[in-house]
Amino acid sequence: MDIPYTATARPDTGVYNAKVGIWLFLASEVMLFGGLFSAYIFLRIGAPAWPGMLGGQLYKTSFDVLNVPIGTFNTMILIASSVTIVMSWASLMMNDFKKYKRYMGLTILCGLAFLVVKAFEYNAKFSHGLFPADGNFLAIYFTLTGLHGLHVVGGIIVNSYFWGPGSKMWKTDPKRFTNRIEVAGLYWHFVDIVWIFLFPTIYLL
Amino acid sequence: MSDSAHAEDVKKHVRIYIAVFGALAALTVITVAVAYLHLSIVPALIVALFIAGIKGSLVAAYFMHLISEKKVIFALLIFTVIFLVVLFVLTISSYHDQIGGHIVP
Amino acid sequence: MAKNAHNKDLQVTHPETSHAHGEHHPELGFWRKYVFSTDHKVIGLQYGFTALFFLLFGFTLVMIMRWQLAYPGEALPLIGWLFSEESMPGGVMLPEFYNQLGAMHGTIMVFLGVVPLAVGAFGNYVIPLQIGAPDMAFPKLNMASYWAYFLGGVVMLGSFFVPAGAAKAGWTSYPPLANIETMGQTMWLLGMVFLITSSLLGAINFLTTIIQLRAEGLTFMRFPFFVWAQLITSFLLLLAFPPLEAAAILQLMDRLAGTSFFLPSGLVVSGQAMDITGGGSPLLWQHLFWFLAHPEVYVLILPAMGIVAEIIANNTRKPLWGYKAMVYSVIFLGFMSFIVWAHHMFITGMGTAISAFFQITTMIISIPSVIILSALFLSLWGGSIRFTTPMLFALGFLPMFGIGGLTGLPLGLAPTDIHLHDTYYVIGHFHYVVAPGTILALFAGIYYWYPKITGRSMNDLLGKIHFWGTIICMNFIFMPMFIQGLAGVSRRLYDGGQLYQFAQPVLKWNEVMSIAAWIMGLVQIVFIVNLFMSIRKGKKVTENPWEATTLEWSATSSPPLAHGNFQSIPRVYRGPYEYSVPGNSRDFAPQNEPEEKVPVA
Repeated sequence: MDIPYTATARPDTGVYNAKVGIWLFLASEVMLFGGLFSAYIFLRIGAPAWPGMLGGQLYKTSFDVLNVPIGTFNTMILIASSVTIVMSWASLMMNDFKKYKRYMGLTILCGLAFLVVKAFEYNAKFSHGLFPADGNFLAIYFTLTGLHGLHVVGGIIVNSYFWGPGSKMWKTDPKRFTNRIEVAGLYWHFVDIVWIFLFPTIYLL
Repeated sequence: MSDSAHAEDVKKHVRIYIAVFGALAALTVITVAVAYLHLSIVPALIVALFIAGIKGSLVAAYFMHLISEKKVIFALLIFTVIFLVVLFVLTISSYHDQIGGHIVP
Repeated sequence: MAKNAHNKDLQVTHPETSHAHGEHHPELGFWRKYVFSTDHKVIGLQYGFTALFFLLFGFTLVMIMRWQLAYPGEALPLIGWLFSEESMPGGVMLPEFYNQLGAMHGTIMVFLGVVPLAVGAFGNYVIPLQIGAPDMAFPKLNMASYWAYFLGGVVMLGSFFVPAGAAKAGWTSYPPLANIETMGQTMWLLGMVFLITSSLLGAINFLTTIIQLRAEGLTFMRFPFFVWAQLITSFLLLLAFPPLEAAAILQLMDRLAGTSFFLPSGLVVSGQAMDITGGGSPLLWQHLFWFLAHPEVYVLILPAMGIVAEIIANNTRKPLWGYKAMVYSVIFLGFMSFIVWAHHMFITGMGTAISAFFQITTMIISIPSVIILSALFLSLWGGSIRFTTPMLFALGFLPMFGIGGLTGLPLGLAPTDIHLHDTYYVIGHFHYVVAPGTILALFAGIYYWYPKITGRSMNDLLGKIHFWGTIICMNFIFMPMFIQGLAGVSRRLYDGGQLYQFAQPVLKWNEVMSIAAWIMGLVQIVFIVNLFMSIRKGKKVTENPWEATTLEWSATSSPPLAHGNFQSIPRVYRGPYEYSVPGNSRDFAPQNEPEEKVPVA
C-alpha cells in the first residue's frame, strides 16, 4: 500500500503532503531565527553604544564596520535568485523542461555568487583583525549571517540535486517532480526573506 | 498552487513575478538610500522595518503563493506568528521591567 | 477541479501513484528491515527500546547519587570499583562527579528517555494505526529522525569519557557557569543539537501525517484523544524547540569562538578577570531556555494524558466524560504553555508588572489541566471498571498527576516561590508530574498496546507486582522531598544538607528515599523480565483483546512490516469511544463499523 497524496492534493485540505511538511519546517525556522533576532534585540538594547568598541576601536555606526554597497549587491543577487527559482517552477508547469534547467541553473549560480561575495566580506573583516570575539556587534553579525549562509549552502545542495540527478523524475512522475521544485522554491524564498530582514537590521541600523 | 493551476494561469503569474522583482529591487534601493540619511534610531528603525516588512510580504504572497494558499497552511502559520510575537514582546518587556532598573551589562 | 477528480474510495483515488510506485515490496534484507527501516512500526519499536534503555540508564545514575545522599562520604559498595580514580577514588564520590550525574540524569531522562518514548515510540507506532494510515507521511524523514536521536544519545553518553567528564552545569545549563565548563558541556550542546533536530523532524512528520493521512470519515472531532494529545505535542515541539536550538548555537559560539552572548562585563572566575569583551546577558539564556523548557513539560505530560484517556474509556466501557471539553482544553493548554515560561525566573530580579503577568498566566494554565483531570475522574463514575494491568497504571496516574499539579501552584506564585525556589520541593513537584505521572502512563501504554505489537499479552500477575511496587516506592521517594524542601534544603547539595543546621531534622528522610529508589530499581526487573518473556511465552490473544473501538485494533496484530497496516483502507463512521451504546448487541462499536441496525422497540 502506498502513501497517498504525494503527488495529488488531498481533497479536503487541498494540498499534497510535502507542502504541509515544508510549511511546518519553515514555521520552525521562523522560530529559530526569531530566537536569534530576539537575542540580537536583547543585547542591543542593553548595550551602551552600538556597534561600540570593537577590537579596541570605537565605531559609531554599522556603516563604519560593514560594507553597505556590497551588502546591497548581495541583496539584489538573492532577490534575483528568488525570481529565477519561481520561474523554474513555472516552466515545469508549462511543460518546458529546457527552460526549467536554465532557470534552476541560474538560481544555483546566484546562490554561489552570494556565498562568494559573503566570503570576501568575511575575509575583509578578518584581515582588519575583526573576529566574532571582538564585540557583540561582530558576534551577532557573524553568527546570524553565518547561519543564514549555512541555509544558503543547504539550498544550493538541494537545488543542485534537482538540477542534476534528481531531475530524472521528470520523465517518470512529472507531477511529483513539479511539487518537489515548488517545495524547494518555498525553502529558497524563505532564505531570501530572512536575508531581507537581516540586511537592514544588521547593515543599516 | 494546487493541481488546478493551468498553463494560462502560469503565464499570467510570470508577469506578476517580474513586477514583484521590480518592486523588491526598488525597495532595496530606497531602504539603503534612507539609511544614508542617518536618521535617529527610532524613525530609522520604523522605516527600515516597514520596508523590510513589505518586501517580505511580497515574497511570501507572490513567490510563495501565500495569496492563494489553502486554509490549512494559514492555520499553521497563524500560530507561528503569534508565538514569534510572544517571544519578542515578553522577552523584551522582561528586560525593561527589572528590579532596580536596567542592569547595564 | 481537484474535488471532482477524486473518487470517494481512497484506494481507487490514486491510480497514478500506485502505477508509478506500485512495484511489489520485495522482501527486504535484515538491515533494511530492522535497522535502517522506514516502516513506522519498526521505527516506533527502535525508539521504544532505545528510550527504555536510556530511562534505565538515567535511573541508574540517580541510584548512584542516592548512595552519596544517604551515606555521604562512604565508599559505594559492590560497584564502586567500576569507576575511575577521577570520579570516585576508592569508591567515594567526588563533588564534580556528583554534578555530572545530576546534570546528565536530568538531560537523559527528559530528552533521551521520556520524550522519545512518549512521542517517538508511542506516536510512531500508534498514530498511523489509529488514524488508519498506511505509514507516516515521510518515511525516510522518520528514519532520519530516529538516527539523529540515536546520534544525540551517543554524543551524550560519550561525554562521560572526555577529559574532566560530562557536563556539570545542570540540565538547564545556565551561563556563566556553563560557559566556563569543561569539554563535556560542548558535547552536551552538540548532543542537544542532534536531539532537537530529531524532535523537529519528528514533529513535522506527525503533524503532516495527522492532517493528511486520516482515513476517510475521520474528522478532527472523531480523533481518539491520544491523537489530539500527540497533535498538540507536536506543535509544541515544532515551535518551542527552535529558540533553544538558537540558544545552543549562541552558547557554542561563546565556548568555541570566544563571543560573549551570555557573559556580562567584568566577569571574575576563581579570582581572575575573564578575557572576554562582555556585554552579554545570562538572563537571555534563561529566556530562550525556558521558552522551550516550559512547553517541554507539556510535551512530557500530554501524550501521557492521551494514553490514560484511551485506557480509561476502554476499561470503564463507557465514553469519555466531556470529550469535547477535553479537546478544547488540550488546545488551550498548548497555547498557554508558550506564555508562562518566566515563572521559572521569579528570583532573577524580575519586576512586579512582568511577574504579575506570568503569575496570572500560570494560574490560568492550571484550569485546562484541571478540566482534563476532572473529566478523566468523572469518566470513572458509574462505569463497570475492569481492573486490568494497564487500567491500574492509568488509575495510578490520576492522583499522582494531581499531586504533581497542585504542588505546582505555590511555585507559580512569586511570594511562595521565593522561599521554595531551588529546594527539594521543586524536585518533588516536577517528579510527581513526570515520574509517577508520565512514566506510570507510559507503562500503562506498554501493557495496553503490547498485544497489538506482539499478538500476545503480558503476564498479569507480574504486571500487578510491577504496578504496586512502583507506585509505593515512588511515593516514598518523592513525598519526603516536599518535607525537605519546605524545610529549605537546597536541591544542589552534594552531601544532601549535612553541613546545614536547619536541615538536620529532615536529614533522616535521605536514607528512606534512597532505599525506596533501590527497591524500585529491583521492581523494574520484574517489568524487564515480563517484557521479554511475554514475546514468546505470553498468552496468545485475538487482534482486539480489550474489545476497543479505535482503529488500531482493526488492524491485524503485529501488522506486516512494510508500509501497509490494514487489509483494506478503513473508513470511519463514528466517534472514538462508542462503548455500551444502548440497543447495540455488543458493548463496543468500532469506529470502522457502519451503523448497527437498531431494532425498533
